[in-house]
Amino acid sequence: MCTTCGCGIGQTLIAGHALKQPRRSGKAMHYRAHAEGAAHVHPQAYEHGAMDFGAGAAGSHAPGMTQARMVKIERDILAKNNDYADENRRRLSAHGIFALNLVSSPGSGKTTLLVKTIAALNGAQPLAVIEGDQQTDNDAARIRAAGATALQINTGKGCHLDALMVGQAMQRLDLPDDSLLLIENVGNLVCPASFDLGEAHKVVILSVTEGEDKPLKYPDMFRAADLMLLNKCDLLPYLDFDVDLAIEYARRINPSLQVIRISAASGEGMPEWLDWIAAGCRNATVSKQQIAEAEALLE
Amino acid sequence: MHEMSLAESVLQIIEDTARKQGYRRVRTVWLEIGQLACVEQESLRFCFDAVTRGSIADQARLEIVETAGQGRCAKCTLEMPVVALYEACPNCGSYEIRVTGGDEMRVKELEVE
Repeated sequence: MCTTCGCGIGQTLIAGHALKQPRRSGKAMHYRAHAEGAAHVHPQAYEHGAMDFGAGAAGSHAPGMTQARMVKIERDILAKNNDYADENRRRLSAHGIFALNLVSSPGSGKTTLLVKTIAALNGAQPLAVIEGDQQTDNDAARIRAAGATALQINTGKGCHLDALMVGQAMQRLDLPDDSLLLIENVGNLVCPASFDLGEAHKVVILSVTEGEDKPLKYPDMFRAADLMLLNKCDLLPYLDFDVDLAIEYARRINPSLQVIRISAASGEGMPEWLDWIAAGCRNATVSKQQIAEAEALLE
Repeated sequence: MHEMSLAESVLQIIEDTARKQGYRRVRTVWLEIGQLACVEQESLRFCFDAVTRGSIADQARLEIVETAGQGRCAKCTLEMPVVALYEACPNCGSYEIRVTGGDEMRVKELEVE
């Protein structure tokens, strides 16, 4: 963004100020500051935000004027991921599997919460876990030690799971009908918000050792989630964390967000969380039967 | 840095379309990015330059058309521009604002030869 008049496109701010990088579109981008005393100029194609469709070789935006031609595409950038996610969702609902995509910042206690959830379900509910981390299979090992099937996806440099990864993991897991699939996304409150995996719900975990204003700082994730688990509530007596304020902020972003106060350590809120899961599993089974009946009618 | 994945998706869309339409070089790519979309445009430009190197879109110009955020208050039905997701309705103060536009990310058009 231009720091003189505010035109341009970048949204990154440093201490409230835009990056000083007016740049001509189409050239490789270099992250460096202006040379001392460099003149303030607008890239010509972006004179105060205007888009010049006539700047091409032919001087117009009409197809067929030069060797170059225009191709209309109108395709969503995430369309491919969304196609894979739809396919995952079809497979999950055909088998009555209730899938949750657990998202949070690193260190919110996702894995501990999963371990406790598995222990509480105590084999009564068939389930599997897909673990997403950049490196190591430590988390999958923790889940396996808790007695559940787990598959680790290492994203390498990637910052989120995508629907193709999850689809392939689902094939390898060979999930039984009417089971619960818990997908622990990479610890990151930003990127996983954009990538539908085919889950029934995103569940965002916010721990009380973080700030109350995290929902305002990372709104996309709280907007994408249907349930917020406010975790580590056993630590509240030792902290200044304002629970009501945190919930108020989260509901500003997403008024229909459900909230459960929970503690993996003390067990507080676990019955409510388990009831929520059980209701989801029942619904998934009912939908599976409805799909099967509808298909039988069509045949 | 999910912008890298987005840039790869853009390239994939360009290459898929190239196979169908038989063009060999892409000179300009127009994207439509909403103000409320989860994407940082400068990162996307950086990643686009990186992932298109050596492809049919090498050195292609990336033009981003930004669309404004739009919302509608669920309580008083006011239509309003939305800049940030945590804003209240200027009319009734409710936070129940449904985003009705400005969260899209699309490849709109290509200039090819």
